[in-house]
Amino acid sequence: MTAKPTTARNTSLFGWWRSAQSASQERLQLRLESLVVLIGLCIVMSLLSPFFLSVSNFLNILLATATIGVLAIAATFVISSGGLDLSLGSVMGLSGVVGAYVAVTIGAPAGFGVLGCLVAGSLAGFVNGFLVTRAGVPAFIVTLGMLGLARGLALVISDGRVIYGLPPELIYLGQGRPFGIPMPVIILIVTALVTHYILAFTRFGRYTLAIGDNENAVRTSGINVERHRLILYTLSGGLAGLAGMLFMARINAGDPTAGITYELTAITAAIIGGTNLFGGRGSILGTIIGALIMGVLQNGLNLLAVQSYYQQMAIGAVLILAVFIDQYQFRKEAKV
Amino acid sequence: MSLLKLTNIRKSFGAVDVLHGVNLEVTAGEVIGLVGDNGAGKSTLMKTITGMYTADDGEITMNGQSIMDLDPGKRRALGIEMIYQDLALAKQQDVASNIFLGREPVKKFLGVLPGMVDKRTMDKKAQEMIDRLGAHLPSINRPVGSFSGGQQQTVAIARALTFDPKLVIMDEPTAALAVREVQSVLELIRSLKAEGISVILISHRLNDVLGVTDRIVVLRQGVATTNLETKQTTMTEVVSAIVGGNDMAEAAAHESAG
Repeated sequence: MTAKPTTARNTSLFGWWRSAQSASQERLQLRLESLVVLIGLCIVMSLLSPFFLSVSNFLNILLATATIGVLAIAATFVISSGGLDLSLGSVMGLSGVVGAYVAVTIGAPAGFGVLGCLVAGSLAGFVNGFLVTRAGVPAFIVTLGMLGLARGLALVISDGRVIYGLPPELIYLGQGRPFGIPMPVIILIVTALVTHYILAFTRFGRYTLAIGDNENAVRTSGINVERHRLILYTLSGGLAGLAGMLFMARINAGDPTAGITYELTAITAAIIGGTNLFGGRGSILGTIIGALIMGVLQNGLNLLAVQSYYQQMAIGAVLILAVFIDQYQFRKEAKV
Repeated sequence: MSLLKLTNIRKSFGAVDVLHGVNLEVTAGEVIGLVGDNGAGKSTLMKTITGMYTADDGEITMNGQSIMDLDPGKRRALGIEMIYQDLALAKQQDVASNIFLGREPVKKFLGVLPGMVDKRTMDKKAQEMIDRLGAHLPSINRPVGSFSGGQQQTVAIARALTFDPKLVIMDEPTAALAVREVQSVLELIRSLKAEGISVILISHRLNDVLGVTDRIVVLRQGVATTNLETKQTTMTEVVSAIVGGNDMAEAAAHESAG
């Protein structure tokens, strides 16, 4: 990148770490600490359980992470712009129901089922964005309202029942395994790569972070902040729709209760991955690593037959620890 | 030749009338001091020029063309830049990101994917600009929030100057600066003038205004009441125009004492 003056420190181990850190931050918008935590966690788990270190187990972890991962990507976009989307889980549930309704109840071709999920999610997101930017209602309230609205609508559409019996093409999206890799994992990886590119390297991504940082600075630069926010919430809803599609296809049903409290898990993954809760900083690769840290933790504790109650405690503790480390680092950097 | 011309600008916020028909003309390469009491409408007037506020009535032309219907981005493209009192920086982003905000150069990633922001070019140009301003920053890859007030000011100035401005509006650029930094801002204003760039300087420090401007415009209760040639005026005359004549002697004494 830029020609930095090479100091003598760069030869030491500490210096090497610092330069690797800034290189990964510069080129990938990724904080190395979270990657180190993930690898460390994997090493500990493989020492504790003989079943942990295998290709099939890793695919299991990825598969379990797919839905949350896509939701966490949505959360990253909105939170790093200084917003909040509490409706992710409900919109995901609504989208799955709409997709299943279109493909099963109406009997439209499978492609329309996928489209139904994405459109339903995007529309809900658009309504969120419209209310936040044009009506001036705080994002917390709007998306909290949408959390109830979308869940209720999902129950109305499905009449409170699970819609079973998807066409095989849809089921393939959730259960198919081309080259032995589960389809949801492939979709997650593609989505993550595309969205990482957008957030880290395009103007759209830069404006997203800058809006979260200082909305007024962006406005004085001549960028339409309201329109950008509207697009972000719509994107967030669309990604929740994609997550709803993945979940629906995996369980072969549109379940109106799908995704309850998933928004909290998604936000947790984004924060563990280094997204600033108050906006201005965030990276999709970081978020995916955050989601994987939670996935590995859950999987490892399962393999060790630890009660699920303790798993919840572990994830809560990891969240607080991650934010503590992040703030500590940030304060240290600000002092230099 | 007149670069920017404001005619009868009016602006009110709800029931509060801030500007009651302001006329102002700026010629190319002219440095104008805009002074007035707190609440006289200085910042509001400047924001109607940059497009952050839309004037309720009146006309603004640049080189004879009306710019009233243009959004802030288009007005920036015409060469109107403003350095805000609060600097308007994105504190967690680095120097280049702030300087190029809204105008990032793009290239294709691996020659295929469109829309990749060309960070290398941005960093290079940002460094050049900072060097040209004669400033020293710890590193241009650090978030600007980690810099001192003067260094942040440098970034805000660099942002206003990188894209060949025609007119630079500075809202209290020296209020938060140490003595030496104030001198370098004043130097900068002189060198902008030498390059034919117009400057509107808003400041409460009348010594600075008297030292660097060609003309001083006094805004009083939403009207540009007085227009003074800097060479032919005195501190007393400026202060009297700001406060409105009555308490002139006392106010002038206070100002020259401070």
